[in-house]
This record gives sequence, structure tokens and C-alpha cells, in this order.
Amino acid sequence: MNFLANLGRVVLALLTEIGSIVLFIKDALVQGLTPTIYVRQIFDQILKVGYNSLPVVGLTAFFTGGALALQIYLGGSRFNAESLVSTIVALGITRELGPVLAGLMVAGRVGASIAAELGTMRVTEQIDALTTLATNPFKYLVGPRILAGVITLPILVGIADIIGIMGGYIVGTRSLGFNSYAYIKSTSDFLQVGDVVSGLIKAAVFGFIITLMGCYHGFNSKGGAQGVGRATTNAVVSAAILILAANFVLTSLLFSE
Amino acid sequence: MDETAYITLKDVRKAFGPKKVLNGINLTVPKGRSLVVIGGSGTGKSVMIKTILGIVRPDSGSIAIGGEEVTRLKGKDRDAFLQRFGMLFQGAALFDSLPVWENVAFGLIQGRNMPRKQARDIAMEKLRQVGLGPEVGVLYPAELSGGMQKRVGLARAIAADPEIIFFDEPTTGLDPIMADVINNLIVDSVKRLGATTISITHDMASARKIADRIAMIHKGEIIWQGPARAVDTSGNPYVDQFIHGRAEGPIQMEILKA
Repeated sequence: MNFLANLGRVVLALLTEIGSIVLFIKDALVQGLTPTIYVRQIFDQILKVGYNSLPVVGLTAFFTGGALALQIYLGGSRFNAESLVSTIVALGITRELGPVLAGLMVAGRVGASIAAELGTMRVTEQIDALTTLATNPFKYLVGPRILAGVITLPILVGIADIIGIMGGYIVGTRSLGFNSYAYIKSTSDFLQVGDVVSGLIKAAVFGFIITLMGCYHGFNSKGGAQGVGRATTNAVVSAAILILAANFVLTSLLFSE
Repeated sequence: MDETAYITLKDVRKAFGPKKVLNGINLTVPKGRSLVVIGGSGTGKSVMIKTILGIVRPDSGSIAIGGEEVTRLKGKDRDAFLQRFGMLFQGAALFDSLPVWENVAFGLIQGRNMPRKQARDIAMEKLRQVGLGPEVGVLYPAELSGGMQKRVGLARAIAADPEIIFFDEPTTGLDPIMADVINNLIVDSVKRLGATTISITHDMASARKIADRIAMIHKGEIIWQGPARAVDTSGNPYVDQFIHGRAEGPIQMEILKA
């Protein structure tokens, strides 16, 4: 009986959490993304979410592109497929690794920062203060962050695609002996617009997930410093898991025959 | 002064899960009067104020301001309702990311779409009224002492000349001299604006200074209310124990029983 009671409690807690996330999404969309629009807040968040994440996303993409080129070359040499390095690097980066790695890195950097900031605002009554100043916290805090995530993640991933392919190119031409012209030609011949666009669509969804989880956990944090710490951890972990799950679903939808 | 009720709470109840925080609050405040609600920690004082502001939705009961029911207000009606209020929070609740003047002007710029220059001038004037110079306006909240933060919070609460002001533990955490300075500023500001106010505190010196009427809340119920001068002769053992700060009395006994 104890086992069943515990199982019931876990299921109820899970359903309650899902319910409150769905209600939060409704409020974020209905209240946060409808007028009044705080343009200054949106620009501030675009800078914080997008511009400030460029170094970490760029470095991740560069080294991943380089490592991918090495792995494909070494693995491909077992069945004489070394020539596929440029094509597979380009496809791997644009379709999968670019959006997923950028999403995970931004979840760690931005999701945590949003949860910590809003969590602190919650426990120090700053969010209540916003309400008493006739300012809807969903419009002022949540809406601009979600918009910034959806707008900037595709841009970040576009840049990560270029840097990642460049990482593969540098490793390919400098240490694996590929001809520079042939490498670029092979990349451009086989890479299609759909490959890049699919990655950018994924990025927009990941941007929504990261900022939503940051806002949700920050907004609902309680219990002082410990609560803010818990909100930060939960924001990063839930965003990372949802990114990987959404990536699987989106890949199935975007590339189904 | 008109003694008809302006703020009216009738049988307001609120529970968080199994914990009943407000257990049928009945309270009235006449227009232009200052009510101080006293009571121990965890008795429902802050939740009561938050239900009036709509930050916490009551489970049942009625809250009326000037005869208008406010518990179901939404959207623009709610924004217009909130523009009639000012609130000083216990920890001041200043926005860390904004300079002091923008904290004070926040409700004017964001809530009322006032041009920034005009709002800044008003913010500087309000800061002057609470004894802070223009040099403080450009600092950030983290650069201020606790007393200065409270004064900025007060300037923000009165920035839009509200008709109703709530003070949540205005003197908690301050030394006695700074607490008296804040009390004087509250009395001055309220007189200047002619505002109706509700303050919650467990600082009796503060309560005596700023109250026209005092109410005591215990276990989510108002157990006594009357003129401020009558608090010492209330005849209510809970009130007597609280105002004299005695460890012995009905409140302590109930804590031991629980």
C-alpha cells in the first residue's frame, strides 16, 4: 500500500507541475506577448540572451566542427569514405549539432540567469512591487525574455553553423590534407537550404523552451536563497531535457518521408 | 472627517493548502484615515494586504474600495484600480537593475506612460520630500543603506500621489532613530496627500505614531479594533499581551498547546 501511495503522490505531483506549466504558457502567450509591448525590455533581453551568448556558442561550434571532421575522417577511413568529411560535417552541424549544442549552452548560460534573476525578484517581492505599480509582470518580465529567446536563438545557430563548418574546414585542410577548394565545393554542392532552415526552426523552438523554463522556475521560486538555487537548477535541467526531447520530435517531423 | 467606510473587507478567507491564513477578515477604513494592523508573525497581515491589491486572490468574501467590488477586476480595469495605490514593501523591494530615480519614477513611466524627463523631475522632487538629494537618484539600490532604501521605497509609494497607501512593516530592521524618521515621513506624506492608509507592523512605537485606528489580527481574524488612543485600555488580553510584549498570556499559551 505504501508503494501505491508513494506512486500516487509522485503522479499527482507530476500532473500538478504539468498543469501549472501549461497555465504559465497560456499566461505567457496571452498576457506576455500581447500589447502593451515593452520595446526597451525586448532589446535589453536580445542583448543579454543573444549577443552575450555569442562567445560561448561560437567556441562550442568551432571545436565541435573540428572534432566532427576528425571523427568522420578516422571512422570513414575504415570503409574508404574519407571524402565525405565536408558533407557530413555540414549536415551534422546544420541539422543537429548546431541547434542542439547551442541550445544546451544557452540553457546553461541564459536559462540559469533568467531563473536566478526572476527568482530573486520573487523572493524579494520585486514582482509584487511591479504589480502594485500597475505593470503586468508577464508583459514586463516574461514576454520580452521569451521573444528574445525565439528571435535570437536562430541567429545564434546561424552563426554557430558557419563557425562549426569553418572548424571542420580548418581541421580538414590543415591537418587532414583536404584541398581547400574541393572542401568548400563539396560542402556547398551537398548542403541544401532545407538543412539550414530545419536547424533554425529547431533553434526557435529551443529558444522558447529555454526562456520559458527560466521564467517559469524563477517566477515560481520560493523559500529564499535555497529556493532561488533550486529554481536555477530546475530551469537548466528541465530546459536541457525538453530540448533533447523536442529535438527528437522535430527531427521526426521535419525529416519524415 | 467623513467616517463612512472607504475600504471594506467582509468575511475574507484565504487558505494555502490545508493552512487557513485568513479566517473571515472583517475590516473597514474610512476615507483619509490611517489604520494600523498589529499582530505577530504569520498571523496573516501581509496576505490580507495582498488580497486587497489582488496579488493574492481570496477564496471567498468581499473587498470593496469606495463601494466598488474589486476582487474580480481584470485587465485594464485592474490596471486603473492599481494606479490608485502606493505600497511600501517590508524590504523596500526596489528593482536592482534600475537606478534610484527610475525606481521612484517606474509607476509613472511604465504604468502611466509619462515622458521620462517629466517622470525624472517628479522622482527627484519625491526623493527630496523623503530627505534624499539628487546625488542619490543616480545610485543603484545596492549602494544604499537599509534606511535609505526604505526612504526610496516611500518615495516610490507616493510618487504618483496615490489615494490609498499600504505600508508593510515600514520600520522593521531599522534602528530606533531611523524608524522614527520613517514614521515622521509617513505621517507627513499621508497628511500632504490626504491618503487613506493601511499599515501593518509589530512595532508599537510606529503604530502609536502613525495610526488613527488600530486593529489586531490573530490567526487570520481581526480580534479587536478601535481608536489608536484606546489600544492601552482595550481590555482585550491578546492586545494587552501584544502591546506590552509579554511572553506570558493567551498567545504564548496557544503556541505551547499547538
